[in-house]
Amino acid sequence: MADLILRVNGSEKKVSVSPETPLLWVLRDTLELTGTKFGCGAGLCGACTVHVDGNPIRSCSTPVSQVAGKSVTTIEGLGANGLHVLQQAWIAEEVPQCGYCQTGQIMSAAALLAKTPKPTDEQISAAMNGTLCRCGTYERIRKAVHRAAGNGGAQ
Amino acid sequence: MSPLSRREFVTAGVAAGTGLVIGFYLPHKSSSQQDSFSPNAYLRITPDNKVTIVVARSEMGQGVRTALPMILAEELEADWKQIDIEQAGASTLYGDQTTGGSASVRTTWDPMRKAGAAAREMLISAAALTWGVPRSTCAAENSHIKHAATNRRLSYGELASKAATLPIPTDVPLKQSKDYKIVGQRLARVDSAAKVKGEAVFGIDFRSPGMKFAVLSRCPTIGGKVSAFDDKESKKISGVSYVGKISEAAVAVVADSVWGAMEGRRVLNVTWDDGPNKDLNTAAVMASLKQTASKKGANLYAAGDAAKASGRRISAEYELPFMAHAPMEPGNCTAHYQGSKCELWAPTQVPQDCRDSVATAIGLDPDQVKVNVTLMGGGFGRRLEHDYAVEAALVSKAINAPVKVIWTREDDMRFSTYRPASLHQLSATLDGSGFPVALAHRIIAPSISGRKGQPVPNGVDPDLPDEAGPVYGVPNYLIEYVMAETPVPLGWMRSVYALQAAFALESFMDELAVAAGKDPLQYRLHLLAKDQDLPYFTTTWHTARMRAVLQLAAEKAGWDKPLPAGHYHGVACFGCFASYMAEVVEITMEKDQPRVHRVVAVVDCGQVVNPSILEQQIQGGIVYGLGNALRAKITIEKGRVVQGNFDDYAPLRMEETPAVEVYAVPSAEVPTGIGEPSVPPVAPAVCNAIYAATKKRIRALPILSS
Repeated sequence: MADLILRVNGSEKKVSVSPETPLLWVLRDTLELTGTKFGCGAGLCGACTVHVDGNPIRSCSTPVSQVAGKSVTTIEGLGANGLHVLQQAWIAEEVPQCGYCQTGQIMSAAALLAKTPKPTDEQISAAMNGTLCRCGTYERIRKAVHRAAGNGGAQ
Repeated sequence: MSPLSRREFVTAGVAAGTGLVIGFYLPHKSSSQQDSFSPNAYLRITPDNKVTIVVARSEMGQGVRTALPMILAEELEADWKQIDIEQAGASTLYGDQTTGGSASVRTTWDPMRKAGAAAREMLISAAALTWGVPRSTCAAENSHIKHAATNRRLSYGELASKAATLPIPTDVPLKQSKDYKIVGQRLARVDSAAKVKGEAVFGIDFRSPGMKFAVLSRCPTIGGKVSAFDDKESKKISGVSYVGKISEAAVAVVADSVWGAMEGRRVLNVTWDDGPNKDLNTAAVMASLKQTASKKGANLYAAGDAAKASGRRISAEYELPFMAHAPMEPGNCTAHYQGSKCELWAPTQVPQDCRDSVATAIGLDPDQVKVNVTLMGGGFGRRLEHDYAVEAALVSKAINAPVKVIWTREDDMRFSTYRPASLHQLSATLDGSGFPVALAHRIIAPSISGRKGQPVPNGVDPDLPDEAGPVYGVPNYLIEYVMAETPVPLGWMRSVYALQAAFALESFMDELAVAAGKDPLQYRLHLLAKDQDLPYFTTTWHTARMRAVLQLAAEKAGWDKPLPAGHYHGVACFGCFASYMAEVVEITMEKDQPRVHRVVAVVDCGQVVNPSILEQQIQGGIVYGLGNALRAKITIEKGRVVQGNFDDYAPLRMEETPAVEVYAVPSAEVPTGIGEPSVPPVAPAVCNAIYAATKKRIRALPILSS
């Protein structure tokens, strides 16, 4: 066990966990931020995507000790003032079906837009390809990313 | 006018406190008979002007919490956004509670509209009595009754208690489709905001005070058992509080965190008794299907006499593998056993079966088990099973505390209930023009129900009547089912047997068209040219409706127009869950692999309730079906499932996803299924396009291993 200081969604959190515990379970079980989802436990599906210092990472495969002292953003902290533009776009395009993977999808898309404000279809595919959706919402995800980017629909 | 029978409405009365309650009955399948008079759904209007539907239809992404209020609101003349759905827990009061078989809208359509209409008429009567005016001068609008002449209005809430004292009308006028204001509109789903904010509580997210977490080590060999286990190392893991055998085949590791339980399991040492299937492998399963093929099966459909036709004979065999549902949310359930009762928080498609399975496993009466249905991160049929719920109850009983059992992805992949592997023998006798005068399709597959020890009346798996019907008006047409046996656990996976039946039939139709030297689309249209009714169990398939979806798909896809160099079309059509579906795909070949660029999908599902949800379901089904077609294959070696995660069982990703255009044939017929019918035609359409591109015929799925 180790005492670690994490900065999650702008607040400092002290946690006492085994240092090799994946960040995912610290977020979900210790901090009760259950918007970040468990899908594969192996970095294959992207449902657990969060931002560490602005970069998208797979929290299921990232030991919590690696993010000590860094800034972690989860879906709960994405929209600092109400809904993030991507969350608004997701609602407008009616993306979610079961909704389980969508928080990870939105976190992946947010990281993309932060670096590439006007992504092309290819850039969207490249950024989002690691995030699986079994309901098959990919086409609407693409539209929602374009909408959030102000691209005026699919390109 | 549509008379209500006492069989449909059995109760109306005062809600707890005040208000109006109407009880009604929703059959699970359109074919199923009501076997008791007990209602399984309730419409409740309370004095605060809230309308609630208490109904056992689980939300797993298919939009039922949006579509059902829309249907009710149309007849009730209520604000559909003010209608809440209350998820009914498992209870014998609720009759059949299954969510599956693409049945939620098709089976609730009539009862829900009639309940709404009856309530509306009772509220009008209550207002007329209150005001002392004729009923005919009162009108229902937006959750109020209005009396235009005197400009008075009362809310449904204000009238509900009075309405509850009135008799239920026996003759209620239902609207015609041209007058619909809500049904057929592209209205936004009610659950999007919570889902994009991460606030939606799925089964895996549910928390109970003092709750522990458990993962289980299960015998990896099908049918094997625990021989012995050593928990010394597990108990050294921080937070692990219990390790114990909870069934013949599983040892549970309980900890105060999910990770602690996973770590405890990682170092657990179990010796397995591999049991009778230790030499089982996929090749042996397929060989046994071939052996079974020599048996006579049960006729599912028999027109004319396929055996007697004479002419040019063509035959082919097709094979499909086991597949796994793999919903994004892995299996989980929270249970709290407390001696004489047990409460569950379960992502389940069938709360009653969940309750009964748990009650049996832990030795309680069903009434002592309470099931709370949570949101589901996908179901696709996997959550028709209750292995995870039984495990949670057993662990809770063992540790006498609330516990959440979580499956890892590897658990989900290796301990699933799989889509049955199948073999299909197709044969046709062609006339001088190359069209079949006889067509025979033998489906050789294990029975899902049979594998579960459930009845298989007359040797016909009870799912086949929804999923393997005739498509074409061939005069001598036989569809036969030969039941095979397998020790591999089987389950109902999205579109169930329709996926196999459509792959075989629609690939074969393409082969026949090629043999006849005809365009595959025109070939199919020729066989659908005459209006014919093809009765199949409780559904009657109409060639005219199939012809219409196929024609529209061809038109929208530009079947007759030239494609860019290297692009090829493929087509398939099929009917299941009472809906008609045609799909035209456009592909290129890249390094011997198909790339699907575009899919034009046309459905005839009767009256469309919500076009946005329809589009979601059709697009999603095509993504699911394309993933199945390209790569989905569960293999078994030495009695163990080989695949474990999304690397060796890889679903479709965004990059591979085609643009899917969805069209619905305008219809005012009763709504039929939309969750599953788009899945089956994808695989044959893609394989037919591959043939067009390469002259290589794919007769076994998945495409990328053939």
